[in-house]
Amino acid sequence: MSSALNLLPSILMMVSPILIAALGGMISERSGVVNIALEGLMGFGAFAAAAANVLLEERLPGASIWIALALATALGALVSLIHAFASISLSADQVVSGTGINLLANGVTIFLCQVIFKQERTRSFRQGMRAGPGGIYPTAWIALALLVAVWYLLYKRPAGLRLRACGENPQAAASAGIDVRRMRYWAVLASGAFAGLAGGCLVLTQTIEYKENMINGAGFIALAAVAFGRWIPKGVAGASCLFGAAVAFAIYVVNIEALRALPPEFFSILPYAITLVTLVAFSGKDYAPRAAGQSYEKGAS
Amino acid sequence: MSVLVVILGFLVGTALVAAVGRDPANMYRAIIQVVSGFDLTRGTWNARYIGEWLVASTPLVLCGLSMAFAARAGLFNIGAEGQYIVGLTVAQFVAFYGPPVPILHWVLAVLLGMLAAAAWGGLVGFLKARYAVSEVVATIMMNYIALYLSRYLTMLIPGTNTYKTPSFPATVRLGNAWLEGLTNRSRLNTGFYLMLASVLFFWFLMEKTRTGFALRATGFNKDAARCSGIDVTRSTVLSMAISGAFAGLAGCAVCLGSFGYGRVLAGLDNYGFNGIAVALVGNSSAPGTFLAGLLFGMLQSAQPLMQSRQIPKEVTYIISGLVVVFISLRSGFGLILEARAKQLARKGKPRDE
Repeated sequence: MSSALNLLPSILMMVSPILIAALGGMISERSGVVNIALEGLMGFGAFAAAAANVLLEERLPGASIWIALALATALGALVSLIHAFASISLSADQVVSGTGINLLANGVTIFLCQVIFKQERTRSFRQGMRAGPGGIYPTAWIALALLVAVWYLLYKRPAGLRLRACGENPQAAASAGIDVRRMRYWAVLASGAFAGLAGGCLVLTQTIEYKENMINGAGFIALAAVAFGRWIPKGVAGASCLFGAAVAFAIYVVNIEALRALPPEFFSILPYAITLVTLVAFSGKDYAPRAAGQSYEKGAS
Repeated sequence: MSVLVVILGFLVGTALVAAVGRDPANMYRAIIQVVSGFDLTRGTWNARYIGEWLVASTPLVLCGLSMAFAARAGLFNIGAEGQYIVGLTVAQFVAFYGPPVPILHWVLAVLLGMLAAAAWGGLVGFLKARYAVSEVVATIMMNYIALYLSRYLTMLIPGTNTYKTPSFPATVRLGNAWLEGLTNRSRLNTGFYLMLASVLFFWFLMEKTRTGFALRATGFNKDAARCSGIDVTRSTVLSMAISGAFAGLAGCAVCLGSFGYGRVLAGLDNYGFNGIAVALVGNSSAPGTFLAGLLFGMLQSAQPLMQSRQIPKEVTYIISGLVVVFISLRSGFGLILEARAKQLARKGKPRDE
């Protein structure tokens, strides 16, 4: 048990990026736009953060981490504009444009690595994010703050109510005077910013460089956490903690005697299997935003 | 129209290469060398490049067919990746535990691999039809379940280390002496024939049979199909199962054709995701998907040649990604024009534009 407790900082390190990305995915889906590009957007964010940190850490020691995170957030939001434009302004299939971003992510980021660093990865940075008291990285506090902020915004502010209305019944929302498209734009941009930030958090706490396939499914785990968390902040937070812990266990299981009998793959599969089973078990109950995945046409009946 | 999108993708790729100070002509020299075997810089000819091009195209065409088949029935199969892994994993097991009899051995490996992948895909179809579970989310989950399950199971094979199994017995390899001889000892193998057969099978089943008609009708309008007596549940499960079988065959072709040993997969091979691009460019038809697969195979096998000519090989990924983004934008523009035309028609004052 004590060894499991020692794992807590590692678990929180894994949970934070998943939770941040999942919050972004939740905002987007609650407004009616499915964003399967979380994985690719995290890749863009991770690249931006790693590259900025490598290039700035000597000139701006200490501050480079925060600049890196800011750039990751900005790049994530910028790239998500493609998804927003295609799926909201043009009413194109949300899954296709999301897939396009996912395909682009590896290409663009590694291409830029080759141009900037003359190799297929960023140069390694000397100092990632420093852990705070108890070995807990500040990313955990960022994630917690965002969780509270998102909950407050979605459930305690009029804007949140409007955003949720766009995802449930855009026609009704529009008839109440809400600009559905603008609302969805904000939501997709927020999801891009969150996913970019999540990628930045991941690269600055878990590794020392950005390379191909580094996100390795974390964005898809976040997508799963949104569904398993039933599209509400409380649920998404719980799901992210569970899935993050599973990811941590998959890596550290060899160190824990009680669990050594289980193969690490067991924990890797857990998030996906749980989500799949839950989707089947919850089928027929209306947890998902009703209009998620559907484009909204002005004036269409 | 797809041709235009592809050209646009290449144009942006070319501009990008030029923007970072490399010579775009080298990119096209690499591509020409892959397609024709001619090395324009050295003036030599080697048929092996053509063989390797077709080897790279084989799984891409098959994963494209997988995506396209489901798309025709109105389903978005993001799960070709997982179905590919399932086919590959089962083929690896048959390679070690199947009867080492010539021909029978690989036939058995391919058949069982396809069957398992069909079950993997069909399960998603069943969940979709019976429990209304989104096939997009379900297939993404199934991809990663397949990946980690494959890792675990492959490592159970005796003599396997953390990244590969012992070598396959010769009876299970898809090697084809005639094709190898024709292409100067490339890895071109029987999997290529299986891919061609799959393209024909896709076309025949989809366009010429009652089953294909039922699938397409389900894709066009589920309710109308149900009202005209088509079993929509059966159509959904069947289309996902056949879709899975195509991807599974891709897994078998890569594993038994290109590799002489089983792999403990460290990550996704991405054939499945690229298959989405292939099917989109090919407009989900059999001949279109075949040509699009050759196109993407060309990009993929040109990568090492580009890299040796100082062109970052990732430009090929960028081109594939851009093509998908452009297609999504194009379909969006199409929808808007359609909606506008309808609106004008409703108002009863048609306007020439």
